[in-house]
Amino acid sequence: MNEKFEYLLRQGDNALVLAQQLCQWTGKGPALEEDMALSNIALDLLGQTRMWLTYAGELEGAGRDEDKLAFLRDAGGFRNCLLLEQPNGSYADTLMRQFYFDTWHYFLLEALTNSNDQRIAGIAEKALKEATYHLRRSGDLVVRLGDGTAESHARMQAAADELWRFTGEMFIYDAVDEAMVAQGVAPASQPLRAAFLQHVAEIFDEATLEVPPLETYMQRGGKQGRHTERLGYILAEMQFLQRAYPGAEW
Amino acid sequence: MSKEWPLWEVFIRSQHGLAHKHVGSLHAPDAEMAINNARDVYTRRNEGVSIWVVKASDIIASSPADKDALFEPSNSKVYRHPTFFPMPEEVKNL
Repeated sequence: MNEKFEYLLRQGDNALVLAQQLCQWTGKGPALEEDMALSNIALDLLGQTRMWLTYAGELEGAGRDEDKLAFLRDAGGFRNCLLLEQPNGSYADTLMRQFYFDTWHYFLLEALTNSNDQRIAGIAEKALKEATYHLRRSGDLVVRLGDGTAESHARMQAAADELWRFTGEMFIYDAVDEAMVAQGVAPASQPLRAAFLQHVAEIFDEATLEVPPLETYMQRGGKQGRHTERLGYILAEMQFLQRAYPGAEW
Repeated sequence: MSKEWPLWEVFIRSQHGLAHKHVGSLHAPDAEMAINNARDVYTRRNEGVSIWVVKASDIIASSPADKDALFEPSNSKVYRHPTFFPMPEEVKNL
């Protein structure tokens, strides 16, 4: 198995699946300005997807470009974390999913700028600028809504609790992750998890939200291609045209 | 109290721009979100830009009815316009 190819797929798929889901908010945001912001974030993530998947395709050397990787893999071939395929739900659910992801993503990218793979370091540097904005924005909104009305507080806490079991997977390392750490490509799990927990605790404290229990069972499997039932539907919609007219130029 | 977010006017100085220019307006609950939204709506995140937001209600505009009183007198007095001095080449952006 080519570990670096797998690792790049994971990065690309995280961004791709989340971008696809955020696009579903277009025209449905709670305010025009929120609508714009979500679309902007989706575009940022889609741009990152292209960089990760293009590199993955080159590394694989099997003639698969970003489009082939995005549109012609089925759910079992996707390597995104389960968190990102969770439904948009209410705006609280979407924001909390975004906040958990942004927090992890920010610290991961920050570490990846020191990767000994120059190309990965370059992509991370570009993406980190975007992730910095994403994290600032989602943290700000978590505070506003957590510390907002009784209703918004309850919804944010419910979303925080509901999605918590999907956060552990980002720090559960398998052979691919371990190989990347050993080669100096990717950062170790522990410091990443510590930074994640600290930031979540700080923001939740300000937002008057409770951090869910740390030692709870964490769902896993996304990184190995074992997904929740939802991913199939996301891909069916996303890939329809390419499946119907494979190889078409667009 | 109105449930509508207040209106903010947005001024942006672009990367090589010399002054902030009014570019439009938007609704936001407070100044910080107005800045965030202005960045998304009006700058496309070009680096090196400066954004000002100001609540529309804080802007005092001159009345169109006062146009003659405010502006007409200067038109007939050419000596009020500093156009009789040759400007040195080195002075840019005046």
